This record gives sequence, structure tokens and C-alpha cells, in this order.
Amino acid sequence: MTRYAAIKLAEALAVMLAVSFLVYLVLEANARDVAVKVLGQFSTEPQRDLWLAENGYNQPFIVRYLRWLWNFVRGDWGVSSHYREPVAVMLPPRLLRTGILAGLALLVMVPASFVLGILAGMREGTRTDRAISFASVVTTSVPEFASAVFLSAIFVFWLGWLPGASTTPGFAWEEVVLPVLVLALYATGYLARITRASMAEVMMQPYVRTALMKGASPARIVFRHALRNALVAPITVIMLQIPWLLSGVIVVEVYFAYKGFGTLLYEASLNGDVALIEACAMVSVLVIVVTQLASDVLYTLLNPRISFARRPDGAA
Amino acid sequence: MTLFRALRRPTAAFGAVVVVIWVACALFAGLLAPYDPLISTTALVEPFSRGPDGKLFLLGTDMLGRDILSRLIFGARTVVLWAGLATATAYVVGIVGGLAAGFYRGAVDQILSFAANVILSFPVLVLYILIIVTLGSSGANIVLAVTFASAPAIFRIVRALAIEIREQDFVNAAITQGEGAIRIMLFDILPNATGPLVVDACLRVGYTAITIGILGFLGLGLPPPTPDWGTMVNEGRAMAMVFPYLVIFPCLAISSLMLGLSLLADGLREASREGSRA
Repeated sequence: MTRYAAIKLAEALAVMLAVSFLVYLVLEANARDVAVKVLGQFSTEPQRDLWLAENGYNQPFIVRYLRWLWNFVRGDWGVSSHYREPVAVMLPPRLLRTGILAGLALLVMVPASFVLGILAGMREGTRTDRAISFASVVTTSVPEFASAVFLSAIFVFWLGWLPGASTTPGFAWEEVVLPVLVLALYATGYLARITRASMAEVMMQPYVRTALMKGASPARIVFRHALRNALVAPITVIMLQIPWLLSGVIVVEVYFAYKGFGTLLYEASLNGDVALIEACAMVSVLVIVVTQLASDVLYTLLNPRISFARRPDGAA
Repeated sequence: MTLFRALRRPTAAFGAVVVVIWVACALFAGLLAPYDPLISTTALVEPFSRGPDGKLFLLGTDMLGRDILSRLIFGARTVVLWAGLATATAYVVGIVGGLAAGFYRGAVDQILSFAANVILSFPVLVLYILIIVTLGSSGANIVLAVTFASAPAIFRIVRALAIEIREQDFVNAAITQGEGAIRIMLFDILPNATGPLVVDACLRVGYTAITIGILGFLGLGLPPPTPDWGTMVNEGRAMAMVFPYLVIFPCLAISSLMLGLSLLADGLREASREGSRA
């Protein structure tokens, strides 16, 4: 197990290193562009030259990259050219707000999708199963910005129960209801489908039939025999949902003007705020790499039938 | 065959009908659209009502007085064209990489798989934003961004299929006969991998359509005045409180297209499973 985790960790570090190079290459390969973005359109050529010299941009690309990487690892993430604030100070509160949003979405979607998936998968092909399966196809087909529009149309424009955008500087419950619903709606359908498939497969197993034949009640079969095996796949899939959630969070935050990580990244990219984009991209990739690592380790822990050696297909 | 079996299921047939309607809109936009999508014909008119000159606007007009129905129909052309093109390009890259990695294994496989891992570590939208912001928003750059972001996932599927098929007797026979590697990959391995790929392609065209919609919604889509569903939502948002139909119709359009594709993909998957069981 330790060896398996160590190999996975080494792979994750290699991926992070490659990602950092890619991000730096895309954003800072052209030093003059960076100077224009930081100093603005109306800066003069001598000003730009001075800035490039002062900030070490006249050195070779690889030297600049290594210095940037070293600073990044040490926690010096540069200064936002738009907000004139250190990036390392700006990010944590935004991440916290997005964390609250994502956490609440998970809190809604995980129990909901487990219940729906188990109900549907318990008896394959029944009317309940078909209704739940169809509903989950519908919710996963509606992109986040569209479900945000539909839900706003109902709860904001028509009923007037909830605010359509975040306006308070702090945290307000009524302002997170719609963003959380939109995020949960999309992911619940997907996770319910995975749970359903997994549950349906387990219900076909001989040991479930044995339990049925010896006269165990349906509740006992589901809770005692089926659930433990049926939830291995969905639990690991929750981890893999986090990349989706991160993409969805950008759309939802922009739509509802929620001041989180997503709007920060979006505004940074519109403003050409190089240091901020770099930090946001790196943080989002870090979140994904860590959750994938956790998902791999969790899967082997939950399912002892999986060997700790490298999987033969080499899929990460 | 699989397609016919799939269409016997009512949900899949419904999905196929929706997809066909949108594709027809894309192909015959000029014939179907009642007005020019780019010209302001009148002041803002609400759905199901007539303009001052007595012309009927089924879905109303937008804040610039352009007919929304016509913009939706021409928007289908934008979506079907660019989503189709981008997905096709991503498939070419993913298939070439996946076949090479699955056939040769070894160093080729390791390098390509690592590259795929690196790209797949980005949240897709972050990747799109990075690429579009760096290169600017245009149809070609959207194709490039989609290819870059989706090819790794296609690569993984093709690679896994290729590894499996590579072990079968007919491939070994072809190798012993001295057939060239490229010939084996294209004529022996690829045709046997099409089933799962068709299902995936169905969904992926939909995801690409959604991506184009999201980019439009974020203001990073195709430059105006191209009629584009996502951009319509973005433009209508400011007035959505008063005229919700400005944003609801384009959202219904993109959701229905994706729903159609998902139902069709589901039907195809079930049908091919039944086919292999029989």
C-alpha cells in the first residue's frame, strides 16, 4: 500500500511540474506581452523596458520559469496587476467562499443521489427506476448556465423568493441557495446514474439471491448485504466529480455574481492579470490532482479485491 | 443495425427526433427562419405578439429588435457547425494518439499517456479560459481549444480499446502476414473499436455544444453579431428580470439539443449491449 501510494504521489508531482511549465509557457513566454498587461496599454516603450529589466524578464525563459516556480513553491505568488494586492493574500478568502459553495453542493447531492440511485437500482426496470433514470438524464443534459436561468426564472423573476445575485459583502444563506441548487442538480443526476448501475449490478449477485431465498426482508438485503458493495464505485466517483464541480463553479459564480474563486479566475482572465491567473490555474489543478490521488487510495482501501500493484491498464 | 434497434426505444427515438430537428435547422436555416437573424426589424416585441407593422414574432425579438426564433435557428447552424468540426478534430487527434499508444505501447504510450494526464488535470473550463484568453476568441481558436481539451479523453478510450483488440488473433495474424503497422491500426483495430466510440461521440458533440454555449455565456464565444445561443443568454441577462424570455429560449434550445444527444447515446449503448448479449 505504501509503495502504491508513493508511486501515485510521484506521478502527481510529475503532473504538477508539467502543469506549472505549461501554465508559465502559455502566460509568460512573451515577456513584452506581460509588460503590456502589467503596465497597461498606455505605458511607453522605455517604461516597459525598465520594468522588464527590473523584474528579471531579460533572462532566458528557463531561468525565469525556475525562479517563478521556486517562488511559487515558497508561497510567493506575486502581485495582482489589477488589484495591486499580493495574490497569496487574495486567494484564501475566495477559496473559502467557493469551498462553502462546493461543500454545500456535495452535502445536497451525495445523499440525494445515493437515495435515488439505490431506489432505482434496487429493482431494475420498474416504473420508479425508469422515472429516476429519465430525470437524471434530463438534469445532466441541462448545462449549469441554463439551469441557473430556469431556476432564476422560477424563484427570482416569478415567485420573487430569492435574490438573483449576491450583493452582500459577507455570507448570506438566501444568496447561496440557488448556486448550490444549480451545482447539485447537475451532479446529482450523474452520481445517481452511477449509483444505480452499481446497485443494479450488486443486486444480480448470487449472494443477494441467496439472501432473498433464505427469506431476508428487502430492507435487510439492501442495507446489510448490497449497500456496502454498491457504494464503492459512487464514493470514488464523488472525488472524480470535483473537476466537474470546479468548472461548474466558475459558471455558477459568474452567473450569480458570487465572489468566490471562480469569479476571481474569470475576472483575472478578462483583466489579463497574469500572476492571478497563474495562481488560480495552479490551485485548481492542485485541487484536482490531490482529489484524484485521494480517489485512487480510497478505492484500494474500500475495495480490497484491488491489488496494490499498478493496475495492468496503467489508467490513473 | 444497432441504430435501428436503438430507435425502437421511445426515449431514444425522441432524442433522435430532437437532434434531427436541430440539424435540419442548421442545414436549412435560410429557408426555415422567418426573418434575417442580424437585422433589427422592429422595437422589442414580446413572444406570441405582433410588431407595429403587423408581423408575427413567435418568440419575440431581442433588445436590438432581432427576431429570436430566427436567431435560434441560425444559432443551431453555429453550434452544429463548430461543435461538429471541433469534435471531429479532437477525434482525429485522439484516435491517432490512442492507436499509436495502444499498438506500440512502451515509450510512445508512456509519453502520450503522461501528456493526457497533464491536460486532464485542468478543470476543462480553466483550460478553455486560458486558451481563449491567450489566443483570442474565434471559431478556429474554439476548435483548437476543444481539440486540446477533449482529445486526451478520446485518447484514453481508444488506447484502452486498442490494447484489448491488439491481443486478438486476427491482429496477430495480420502482424505475422507482415502487414504494415499503420494498415493494421486503421483497418484491423479501428473498425472494431467503433461501437463505444460512436456512443462517446454522440455525448461529446453535446458537451462541445455546451462548451461553446458556456464560452458564449462568459463573453468568450464567437464574436458578435454571430447568432450563438450562449452569447444570446449573455446579452439577454441584463434584461432578464423584466423579459425572462430573452434568456429562457436559448437555454431551452441548448438543453434540448443536449437532451436529444444524451437519450440517443443511451439508446445506442443499451442497443449495442443487447446486441452483444444476443
